[in-house]
This record gives sequence, C-alpha cells and structure tokens, in this order.
Amino acid sequence: MHEVKVRKMVTVVEYIYHEGGPVAEKPLRRAAALAVIHNPFAGSFFLEIQDFMEDLKPLGLAMANSLVSALGGAVSEIEGYGKGAIVGAAGELEHGALWHAPGGYGMREVLGGAKAIVASTKKVGGPGTRLDVPITHINASYVRSHFDSMEVGIADSPRADEILLALVMTSGPRIHNRAGGLAASEIQGKDGLR
Amino acid sequence: MSEGTRAKIRKILTFVEEIHSEMGRGVEPPTRRAAAVAVIENPFAGKYVQDLSELMDIGEELGELLTQRAVACLGIPATSVESYGKAAAVGEDGELEHAAAILHPKLGAPVRRVLGKGAALIPSAKKRGGMGVPLDIPLGHKDAAFVRSHFDAMEVRVPDAPRAGEIVVAIAVTDSGRPLARIGGLTKEQIKGEDGLR
Repeated sequence: MHEVKVRKMVTVVEYIYHEGGPVAEKPLRRAAALAVIHNPFAGSFFLEIQDFMEDLKPLGLAMANSLVSALGGAVSEIEGYGKGAIVGAAGELEHGALWHAPGGYGMREVLGGAKAIVASTKKVGGPGTRLDVPITHINASYVRSHFDSMEVGIADSPRADEILLALVMTSGPRIHNRAGGLAASEIQGKDGLR
Repeated sequence: MSEGTRAKIRKILTFVEEIHSEMGRGVEPPTRRAAAVAVIENPFAGKYVQDLSELMDIGEELGELLTQRAVACLGIPATSVESYGKAAAVGEDGELEHAAAILHPKLGAPVRRVLGKGAALIPSAKKRGGMGVPLDIPLGHKDAAFVRSHFDAMEVRVPDAPRAGEIVVAIAVTDSGRPLARIGGLTKEQIKGEDGLR
C-alpha cells in the first residue's frame, strides 16, 4: 500500500468550432484531466509494483468524474476516450503501465459499461514533455470518425520522482470527419471492436 | 462561434491548475489558476494595414468572453478573483502590432466589468510564433500591482495554433497567489486599492 501523493491537478478543455470547414452548431469538446503524483518506486528497481494499481483506483475515478463535469456533466454525451502517462526520469516505463488498469477502471465505472479497450500511450520524459493521448470510440474501437488524439503536457512536470497521469474524453467525432470507415451509427456493440 | 461575434473563433480552450503541494509540503487550500484561450482568424494576415480598429473591437469582445470562461472554470464569484493577466501569440503571417491591438486598447474594460474591480494594470505578454508556441501569461494582483505574493505566471499552449493566419488570445485569473509564497513585500491584506499599485 502506497499513499497517492498528488502535487498538482490540471484540467484542459478544448471547444473546437471548425478547422477550416463549416462551423459546427455544437462544438466538438475534448477534455483532459492530468494528475502529477509522486512515484513511490523512483530511484530503485522494485520487483513487486502491482499493488499500486489498487491504490490508484480512487484517483482514476475522481479524474473520470471531473472529465464528465468538464464536458458538461452528461455521461450520455461522452463518445471517445483515451489515457496515458509520463514517467519522470528516476522511474521506468513499467511504472507508467500501472495506470492502465485504474485509469480504465475509473472511466468505465463512470461511463457505465463502455465496451472498447481504452487506447493508451506512455513514455519516460522530463518536465514539459508532451504526450499525444490517443482517443477511440468508447464502445467500438474501429469507429473511424472517432480516431483522434489530444496533446497534453505540463511545463513543470513530471519531475524525476513523479508520474504525470492523463485521462481524456471527447464529446464526438473529429470536427470535419469524412474519411469513411465504420460509422458510430453502425456499431453492433458486442465485442468492443465493431 | 455564435452569431453576431466579430472574432472568427476556430477554437476555445480552458485550463485549470490546482497546486496541492510543493516540496512535499501541503498547500491548503490548493492554489488555483485558470486560463481561457481563443484561437481566432487574423483579419490582417499577410498584409500591412494601417487602421487596426477591427482587432481592437475583437479584443473588447474577447475580454468579456474569455474572462467569463476563465472565472467559470474556478467556480468562484467573479469578485473573488485575486490576480489576472493576458497574452497573445500571432501566427507567422501577422505582426506583433496585431497582438497589441487586441490586448491593449479595449480588452481591459470588459475584464474589469466582469470582475467588478481591477485597479491594477493587467500584466501582458505577446509574441509571434508557430503552432504550439508556449505563452507565459504574466499574473499580478488585480487591485495592487505591488502585491509580491501574487507575482506569478501561467504557461499555456495550443498544439495546433496559431496557424499562419491566426492569433491565440489568452486571459488568466487566479483565486490566490503563489503556493507557499514567503518572500515578503506588500501583502494583499495591506492593499489600499486606490492607485492600482499598492
């Protein structure tokens, strides 16, 4: 059991009205919740690290809830999601992998049964490192209109002994999506893929 | 963006930062900064135009819009805002003077109207740059520029802006000074609030 020590929380919301094409009636919204936490494993190699996943669950849930609030409060309006982590220099990539379970758990719990795997990315980096968090449809990974990403980062994070954790949600497809493929209206919703 | 606005807005972003600890020492309550950022078309990109009044009017409009959005992010009454700042980044086909036209002549009045007060100069920064260029928005106490605990800054950036013909405009507000401020000087309790300085 490790205490989850949060130094900083950052919330970013984007409202996208157009990208050179027709102006949307309702802007596409993307939101990212970022938490900068102390890395309890920084500086040494620890074989057993899995317990930390359980410790991170309440934070994952809190961040997922804050994203729904940031996007207007209605769970029914959330259509895409993703997650990521940046591990500070005194840690290892495997520490970032500990975010997969609690980050995904938090979002599924809040969204109530999202079926698709939560797309993710992670890296080791210094303060100010940017991370392109991948985004896919919450119920069917192959929905092409919802393949997206959101770049996040914090100027002073992560320090060497920290981990920057990220969750992202969106309110819909890319603003001028027209690249074809599986449409959200065609989702069968059985396997999380189509 | 909605009908009737002068600014052609492609995108709006909001940022909220809460600092819970520094060097392992708790910050209670957490200090919070918020910024609202608009990405707009630069009507004068690629040409020299003498009269910049259109951008001044856009500044007036964004002063109100962005201040409201930033304050809403903090979830506090507008009158409880403690410090503020503004900044703009002009895309490569524009000039620094375009940022100045947005920020300086007319943007401040609606900011102060939304906040209820604001005797102090609104600290500002501007630059020209490419997409993703960081803006360090300077922050100062809204009623007394010399309050040392509130000298601060907030970095924001938009990965896909400004494009060559765009301008990024940002307003930041806070509910506090720096976390664990301890370098003395004028405190907020000592503000007279008459001249905007002390």
